[in-house]
Amino acid sequence: MYDMTGYHEAHSLTDVFKLMQADPTARLVAGGTDVLVKIRAAAPHYADTTLIGISRITALKGCTLEADGTFNIGALMTFDQIEHDSLIQTHLGLLSQAVSLVGGPQTRRMGTVGGNICNAGPAADSAPSLFTYNAQIEIQSESNVRQVPIAQFYVGPGRTILKPGEIVTKIKIAPEDYRGFVGHYTKFARRKALDIANLSCAALIKVSAEQRIEALRICFGAAGPVPLRMPQAEAYARHQPLNRAVLNTIGEYCLKDTQTISDWRNSKVFRDHLVTILPGRDISMALRGDEDEAIG
Amino acid sequence: MDKKKIIGQAEQRWDAIAKVKGQASYTGDFPIRNLLHAKILRATIAHGYVKHYDITEAEKMPGVVKVVLPEDIPATPYATAGHPWNLTPEKRDIEDRNMLTRHVRVYGDDIAAIIAKTEFQAQKALAKIKVDYDVYPVYLTPEAAMAPDAKQIHEGHDNVLGRSKVGYGDVEQGFNEADFIVKRHLSTPVQQHLHLENQIAVAYQSDDQRWFCLSSTQIPHICRRIIAQANGLPWSQVRVKKPFIGGGFGNKQDVIIEPLTVALSRLMGGKPVQLALTREESIAYTRTRHAIDFDFKIGVMKDGRMTAIDCDVVSNQGGYASHGHAVGGKGGTFINALYRADNLRFTAKTVYTNIGTAGAMRGYGMPQLVYALECAIDDVATQIGMDPIQFRQLNHQPDGYYNQFGKTKQRDFRIEDCLVKGREAFNWDQKLAQAQQKTTSTKKYGVGMAAFAFGTAVWPFGLEVAGAHLIALPDGTFKLHIGATEIGQGADTALSQMAADTLGVSFEAIIRDSMTDTDTDPFDTGAYASRQSYVGGYAVKAAAEKMKQKLIERAATTYDIRPEFLDIVANQVVYATDGDLVVTVKDLVMASYYDLATAKALETHASVNIHNNSYASGCSLAEVEVDVATGQVTLLSLMNVHDSGKIINPLLASGQVEGAMAMSAAYGLNEGLVYSAEGRPLNNNMLDYKLPTMMDLPDLDKVFVETVDPLGPYGNKALGETPTCSPAPAIRNAVKNAIGVEIGKIPLTPEVVYQAYHQAQATVEGGIADV
Repeated sequence: MYDMTGYHEAHSLTDVFKLMQADPTARLVAGGTDVLVKIRAAAPHYADTTLIGISRITALKGCTLEADGTFNIGALMTFDQIEHDSLIQTHLGLLSQAVSLVGGPQTRRMGTVGGNICNAGPAADSAPSLFTYNAQIEIQSESNVRQVPIAQFYVGPGRTILKPGEIVTKIKIAPEDYRGFVGHYTKFARRKALDIANLSCAALIKVSAEQRIEALRICFGAAGPVPLRMPQAEAYARHQPLNRAVLNTIGEYCLKDTQTISDWRNSKVFRDHLVTILPGRDISMALRGDEDEAIG
Repeated sequence: MDKKKIIGQAEQRWDAIAKVKGQASYTGDFPIRNLLHAKILRATIAHGYVKHYDITEAEKMPGVVKVVLPEDIPATPYATAGHPWNLTPEKRDIEDRNMLTRHVRVYGDDIAAIIAKTEFQAQKALAKIKVDYDVYPVYLTPEAAMAPDAKQIHEGHDNVLGRSKVGYGDVEQGFNEADFIVKRHLSTPVQQHLHLENQIAVAYQSDDQRWFCLSSTQIPHICRRIIAQANGLPWSQVRVKKPFIGGGFGNKQDVIIEPLTVALSRLMGGKPVQLALTREESIAYTRTRHAIDFDFKIGVMKDGRMTAIDCDVVSNQGGYASHGHAVGGKGGTFINALYRADNLRFTAKTVYTNIGTAGAMRGYGMPQLVYALECAIDDVATQIGMDPIQFRQLNHQPDGYYNQFGKTKQRDFRIEDCLVKGREAFNWDQKLAQAQQKTTSTKKYGVGMAAFAFGTAVWPFGLEVAGAHLIALPDGTFKLHIGATEIGQGADTALSQMAADTLGVSFEAIIRDSMTDTDTDPFDTGAYASRQSYVGGYAVKAAAEKMKQKLIERAATTYDIRPEFLDIVANQVVYATDGDLVVTVKDLVMASYYDLATAKALETHASVNIHNNSYASGCSLAEVEVDVATGQVTLLSLMNVHDSGKIINPLLASGQVEGAMAMSAAYGLNEGLVYSAEGRPLNNNMLDYKLPTMMDLPDLDKVFVETVDPLGPYGNKALGETPTCSPAPAIRNAVKNAIGVEIGKIPLTPEVVYQAYHQAQATVEGGIADV
């Protein structure tokens, strides 16, 4: 049962701003794969809700590549579209792979990348890879457009910096943040589909001609209240050779920046153990297509 | 004359088209005028007493018709288990609950209800009821509930609600003689049925002034009785109908919401009231599979002979008795059914606690027992260094063994055939050898197996009756009425095949009904205990034989041919010797309706009371990959081998086996309902309760060791539940083979396996990992 008090359909951004102004407590809904679930569960602040549907706004759809190589990913791109978009597959393979692991086919057809980050779940599958690509979130209000790095967009579980009257319109990724990089995402979950990560990890790596790590970016999901980059591990990794010992040390360094907890799903001890394992596996997968045998 | 055998054919289930086309109506699909909706107010503590309700705000909520408190409806204690009524009072199920209660014994207990014009309005108003509790200590485990100072969960009743003991010989002497003694503590989780259709019922006063209940139940006749008992009505004043049903797996072999639904309608002067549970309610607040702890001690000689088996069982009942000790107490019979030992002792107790109430679930205690038994037996084989299949071949009971606990001679008991066939079909030896070769630094491979024995229906422990009714229709087809319940498993189709086969008509000539109606369908206790194709089969066979006899008599008289010369083959009455046509069944039946001189409609009835039991058996074989760095187990292949007598319909049989294998594989690897320290269920939704997806399962292979059971009505015996018995322990034994650690609990989640493996690596001593 859905405790909804009304529904407005927005056909343009102008519509959205007008509707948000008219009903400041109304909630935006795109694919509905989080919002409707929360309304059904009568989650805090989701009861008695009026919805503003935005899924037919053309300006928020699709993906473009600017002349300088900057990606503009429309907030309404579905996971399925991102997974199968040939430009994204070619240049942002990590993102394409990560979103292919969201829920099941129905969720991937309905759910959007904009919705995924605005929902601000710590385990969102699109977030860790967007963090490693240093994605910029473009936020629009009736009078203003601003961009913030994704790492500053999250405030806490379910909370972002979005202010009333604001909407995420696109996600931008600069060429220097993806060119020369390869990556891999691990979703550690109890099922192979229709699940949410107990822990997730994206690694994006650039290797020099001398087979040393030129740049490494790691982001964990579900290892803290928000997705977390691993600055200490990333700093350690710079210029290191690629071998098993280095990968293990990278994993150990990650513990300095993760904020895992114990709950009924897993103990902190186990989560911390996985924190040390997953980055090395992602790097091996990204570089060799095998999670543990090829490097070492 | 070559007769077309319909038994053994992969006939398409009769309801397949309706289900694919969306024509199949389930309980919630019937339009009912002026329907009111009810929701249950659920306790937010697991143990205590409701001192006070404040309903003033709730009563003012839009759409609310009535807020119902325990005092507003009958408070006769009643039992909910779907067992036949017992004429002996002391053998009846424990009558320990009321439809609504102030005594809270489980989190989510039914403490009040709201009737409103819409379900949504009822739901919204629930939040406005304020409740004051006296809070009592919460006991999650039998140990806690059995502590000397523990409060009685049901006043005046010990928290241990049932005890039993069976055995023979002297186990202590057996242990003294043994070369090795293996002791294992093995525990199982709370599994939930997750049938696709949640519990739902509609009740109203019908035009004959009786009480009508439409419900998604496996046991319509028992449901009628329990509704009547809870409401203090004569049984005849209740009528239950069951339309198509979206699965039950035993959860609907318990009468959970129907008595309250009828009580609420009575409170409304007979207006129709619907009560439909959500998925969250169905998982948390209906019934579960008992979590059972086992202590096995097995004495064995170097040559593999077992000198003694001692098994002690503690079963966690949760807050209400439901099926009670019947589940945890039955293990002795089935250890004895499967294995020989010089001495055997089986002791069991079932204990009230404050977790969700456990009841019937597919396999009825056997998945727990077989898991524990087959882990222990496999560890014994490991201990003496014997191939696990060979160890079981050495120790299983022979065909024709008389089981003194089950008071049954296990005729045509083909476990040996299953083990031989399983080894060959699974490529056991090859896979075992390859498992070691494939091992890498983090990936380890292993194979494992497990066996089981299983009764068909409940004789001699309980009543086994069934009925069937056949009506010949003018065009030579036959309407089959049965009390046996189709719940998705295909019983209607299998029973129709039986009727057709005996009558000598085509499968299409049997017409079934999606509705089971306690007013018009013959008495049958319902869908449980793998009984329907067996006990129901005898009833159908008897009714069909009578009908065939009537048809032949009519033909014999009409055509002046001695009846013993006649047979019915392919919808025709023929000379048995050469197949010469006498008359078509169609023409014969048409005359039975309209011949001025001789018309007399052809109907037959049969009721049976079955006093025999055919023991089924089988085994599972599994191959796994274990990632020792993360503890993740990947099931690479899984095979079930079944000795279930004659397979009535191979297509339906495969469906039963595959579904049950998935259920058991997930029991071993992933499923389990978890409670907080306060007794609150933590994962009562389909995201957090890890029912497997298709991507989590390998191809499910199945093999039937097909024989003709000498007792079964069509040579058949149990198959509905048997495939849930052995996959979980086979997987556990495969994990043991892979990582060399004997884990003592399921599910084998990544954390459990990782901890067990690393604890074992860190310890010089082997033995079972205590995680």
